[in-house]
Amino acid sequence: MTTVSLTVNGQSVTADVDPRTLLVHFLRDNLRLTGTHVGCDTSQCGACVVHLNGQAVKSCTTLAVQANASVVTTIEGISQGGELHPMQAAFREHHGLQCGYCTPGMIMSAIDIVNRKGNALDEQTIRAELEGNLCRCTGYHNIVKAVAAGAQGMAQAPLQQAAE
Amino acid sequence: MYAFEYHRPTSVKEAAGLAGTAEDIKFLAGGHTLLPTMKLRLAGPANLIDLSQIAELRGIERSGDTITIGAMMKHAEVANSAELKEAIPALAEMAELIGDPHVRNRGTIGGSIANNDPSADYPAACLALNVTIITNQRKIAADDFFQGIFTTALEEGEIITQVSFKAPSQAAYVKFRNPASRYALVGVFVAKHADGVRVAVTGAGSNGVFRAADMEQALNGNFAAEALNGVTVAESEMNSDMHADAAYRAHLVGVMARRAVQAATSRG
Repeated sequence: MTTVSLTVNGQSVTADVDPRTLLVHFLRDNLRLTGTHVGCDTSQCGACVVHLNGQAVKSCTTLAVQANASVVTTIEGISQGGELHPMQAAFREHHGLQCGYCTPGMIMSAIDIVNRKGNALDEQTIRAELEGNLCRCTGYHNIVKAVAAGAQGMAQAPLQQAAE
Repeated sequence: MYAFEYHRPTSVKEAAGLAGTAEDIKFLAGGHTLLPTMKLRLAGPANLIDLSQIAELRGIERSGDTITIGAMMKHAEVANSAELKEAIPALAEMAELIGDPHVRNRGTIGGSIANNDPSADYPAACLALNVTIITNQRKIAADDFFQGIFTTALEEGEIITQVSFKAPSQAAYVKFRNPASRYALVGVFVAKHADGVRVAVTGAGSNGVFRAADMEQALNGNFAAEALNGVTVAESEMNSDMHADAAYRAHLVGVMARRAVQAATSRG
């Protein structure tokens, strides 16, 4: 066993883990943060995307021990005071999901896109940046609309963006 | 995944020491090939040595026209480096084409080179840019480093620390992606140096990354896309699989090479 200490959604966590534990399983099984999903388990679908030190990563292809001394944010960590994060609100408003399985990863990726590319995102940029997230229901149309709207929403909620 | 012992050294010396004493080791860089391989139980090292906490493996430096990139620099860091965008935009653009944003946040230049996947982008860049691969033991020219599919000059326990090269006057990388996997079906990196043009091809060759000598010769005479008209690569040396046969790959090498030269010359 190896000891890992990290911050998850603002809370300090220390645990002894088998080194082969994937970050996604640590989050889901040890911390019971089951919003982060395992889709393909082969680094392709993006259902497992979380933020590691502020960057979007696939937690099915990261060991929990690699996240030692890091800051992790999951889908459970982005809303504040019972209010949905602007990107979550935009996905609801624009019907950016059907079965919802890919949604946590989509939203974590979308927030990362805004963090890197700013709040004015055109369709081409959004589609290109969502390369690592697969949705088998929607055909992406409403997801793209939701990301564009969520990006605008994040501009209007600077405090929340900074907190994330 | 099989069980392993995890090590997190903080210096190259410590990592090399662990590699020398521990049994059956693998170095972990970004882990975006190694971890999937371990999940499939195609690899099962007894000891995993994580290189991510070693500060001396990081950084991008430019000294005159010489550029040095630390082995643990991630694809996203290479893609977004203001220094590289100015000195060698072709390399930053190439890094931006690897995988997807999440993969680029983890995968590293050193890991990609050490793995030498026949469809990876960095090996083509390294050959075309005539890089020197610096390890904890020696310096290896790119021409000597890549020795066939998943095979390199690295000895057991040897660690890539940096990659160093002189910026070419003109360069570009163009790839034709497999529409499903997004890996390079064919990728061509063209670079014009003071002492000649280098053309490196990934994804296509049956023995991994290679230089297209006839194309280099044609471009040395005239660095223009039309100089490649009628210049081909040998179909017999191309890979053939369910995604593309050798004839198609050979054809694509020509198309991608012309596009790469066009991109390089239009950049000025």
